[in-house]
Amino acid sequence: MINEINRRDFLKLAGLGGVVFASGLPGVTLAAGQDDFYFVQLSDTHWGFEGPPNPDAKGTLKKAVAAVNSLERQPDFVMFTGDLTHTTDNPVERRKRLSEFKDIVKELKVKTVRFMPGEHDASLDNGKAFQEFFGATHYTFDHQGVHFIVLDNVSDPRAAIGDEQLKWLAADLKQLKNDAPIVVFTHRPLFDLYPQWDWATRDGAKAVEMLMPYKNVTVFYGHIHQEHHHMTGHIAHHAAKGLMFPLPEAGKAPTRAPIPWDPAQPYKGLGFREVDTDTKTAQCKLTEFPVVKA
Amino acid sequence: MIFDRNTSCVAIATMAVMLGSLGAYVAAQSAEPKEKVIKITAKKFNYTPGEVKLKKGVPVILEFRTQDVLMGFNLPDFNARADIVPGKTTRLRLVPDKTGTFVFLCDVFCGTGHEEMNGKLIVVD
Repeated sequence: MINEINRRDFLKLAGLGGVVFASGLPGVTLAAGQDDFYFVQLSDTHWGFEGPPNPDAKGTLKKAVAAVNSLERQPDFVMFTGDLTHTTDNPVERRKRLSEFKDIVKELKVKTVRFMPGEHDASLDNGKAFQEFFGATHYTFDHQGVHFIVLDNVSDPRAAIGDEQLKWLAADLKQLKNDAPIVVFTHRPLFDLYPQWDWATRDGAKAVEMLMPYKNVTVFYGHIHQEHHHMTGHIAHHAAKGLMFPLPEAGKAPTRAPIPWDPAQPYKGLGFREVDTDTKTAQCKLTEFPVVKA
Repeated sequence: MIFDRNTSCVAIATMAVMLGSLGAYVAAQSAEPKEKVIKITAKKFNYTPGEVKLKKGVPVILEFRTQDVLMGFNLPDFNARADIVPGKTTRLRLVPDKTGTFVFLCDVFCGTGHEEMNGKLIVVD
């Protein structure tokens, strides 16, 4: 048994998109590489949802937090890519859900936790309640030489980024060299994944066009409650699993209704991912984790 | 794309250019007397009627109103969409150029039942 293994090698062994639970591999110690780091993406926690698609609706997020805390090496940061809460028409209830969500994720060991809204959090009040709890809905930050851009395509209920934010994006990109490593977070896909189920961003193509001159761009998003990988030119787009209920593959079911809970395989289709990011190219290796160990 | 009587000529011309290559021709025009008008009401969280039957190649005017909040109508397979604004009547001229059953949906997030707000367009020969 190898007692120590470089994280990059470990992820190569794990394979792209493989289901691996690091803490479940006895004797393996992960060592950080010099030229990479990793973060965790969690998405679509839909706190406040109740219904047959998840009989453990009040427990799943807490289990996910525990699973992240149990990772042998903690990530540099955690990113929640929207739909933190399930929508409600009641503004008081919306704030209650956001508050409860915030309290639960405070239990994460990781010091740096970042948030962005999904349409369930923000589309009914243009992001007002979300901002009260988590601040700006679009922003940038830099980590280990990688430039991260958080785009808001949900505060406008028409599923648009909007001209003002697109101008902001253009100004931000203008400062970067065309080989700068860039990671973009959005909630909805920036491309037309399946507009028949509203899996699109009305002006997402404009953002992709702005990103296209940059050589090293990767996009992470949520919204569709399943793993999905797509290329627009050289730009990779990766959708994450959700943490409340999975949705069917695009067009493979009559409607986009949640996949029913399977008592024989509880939490099937739910999970989160580690993203191992190369600091020079922003190339990302993904490792998918279940909510609970099988 | 919203098409109502207040739409400016410039916008109409722009839209016509944009839509020129689409399979379905959608244009900003007042309802012509001979074209059938199909009234569709949007409300939380459905359309009435929820199923619309058309004949291939026969132009129709889809006329929308909403009884409550801002809604959307999106028919992706025909690249046809409109915002349905409270207090206004919105019209879409549609010439279906293919047969089949197609989904239309609300693409403006409108509340707790938004994700179930959709309908069917059935086009026959």
